[in-house]
Amino acid sequence: MANAPAGGITPTHDTGTRATQVFGTLAALGVAWLCAFGLLFSPADRDQRESVRIMYVHVPSAWVAYLAFGVTAVASALYLLRSSHSLTWDRLAGASAEIGVLFMGVTLVTGMLWGRLSWGVFWTWDARLTSTAFLFVTFLGYLAVRRLGGTQHQRAKRSAVLAMLGVLEIPLVHFSVRLWRSLHQDATVARIEGDPDLDGLMLFSLFVGLIAFTLLYVWLVIHRQRALVLEDALEAHGLDAALVERRAEAALQGGGR
Amino acid sequence: MEDAGFVIGSYVVVFGGIAAYAATMISRARRLARRVPDADKPWT
Repeated sequence: MANAPAGGITPTHDTGTRATQVFGTLAALGVAWLCAFGLLFSPADRDQRESVRIMYVHVPSAWVAYLAFGVTAVASALYLLRSSHSLTWDRLAGASAEIGVLFMGVTLVTGMLWGRLSWGVFWTWDARLTSTAFLFVTFLGYLAVRRLGGTQHQRAKRSAVLAMLGVLEIPLVHFSVRLWRSLHQDATVARIEGDPDLDGLMLFSLFVGLIAFTLLYVWLVIHRQRALVLEDALEAHGLDAALVERRAEAALQGGGR
Repeated sequence: MEDAGFVIGSYVVVFGGIAAYAATMISRARRLARRVPDADKPWT
């Protein structure tokens, strides 16, 4: 945050505010707490032994990726449906998708490490793994579409449609372990049968992970959304400057005749 | 700890990846913020 000295206002040179400081601090505390519980305090699993500790970062990463893509779809729908077509919704969608791709990427990598210990291979074309990779590639494509040419509103419209289609893959990914025969284990927390199938301290550690990762997501989205505001402002200023320059050139040419 | 390389490696991948992304994104935002007037920063 910029300080305002006596007699003048110092320009703000970052995207931080009191809110981001609070979320950032809470997220850092949550991560420290997660590492303590995930690596030290929680017990080893009867079947998976120490490798179960990967679950405390793998499952929250996947949860945040789903959350991020869900937020992208909702923000995209709000951009399209509201008569104002505010670019604020588009920026929120773009920021959330980028962070969702990051978390989906780490979900895939941690899943591969866990898979190597559980199944003996880093990768197999299993229904859950393949559908997760497909979701990851879909939102990578979404980020590529956002970089195509055109006005800000053209970008917003085409990417909003893609986000609303892409988010439909999430139920497919989540229920893939039930729809097809899968190596991947079934849900242990959000179970149709009811109570979570986890030891109390393991469940608590996983809960800590979910809270910490959600706080990290909120902190990152706020910063990224503000960075997108800056990018759009610079683009608009660049366009304004180019127009002024072109008008000056035209005036000079007109005066010279 | 059994399989420590894989377990600790997964934590390093997750938090290292997120930290690298956050550092890159915030430093780029700071560079951009110097070139944009405060009037275009609704959070100020």
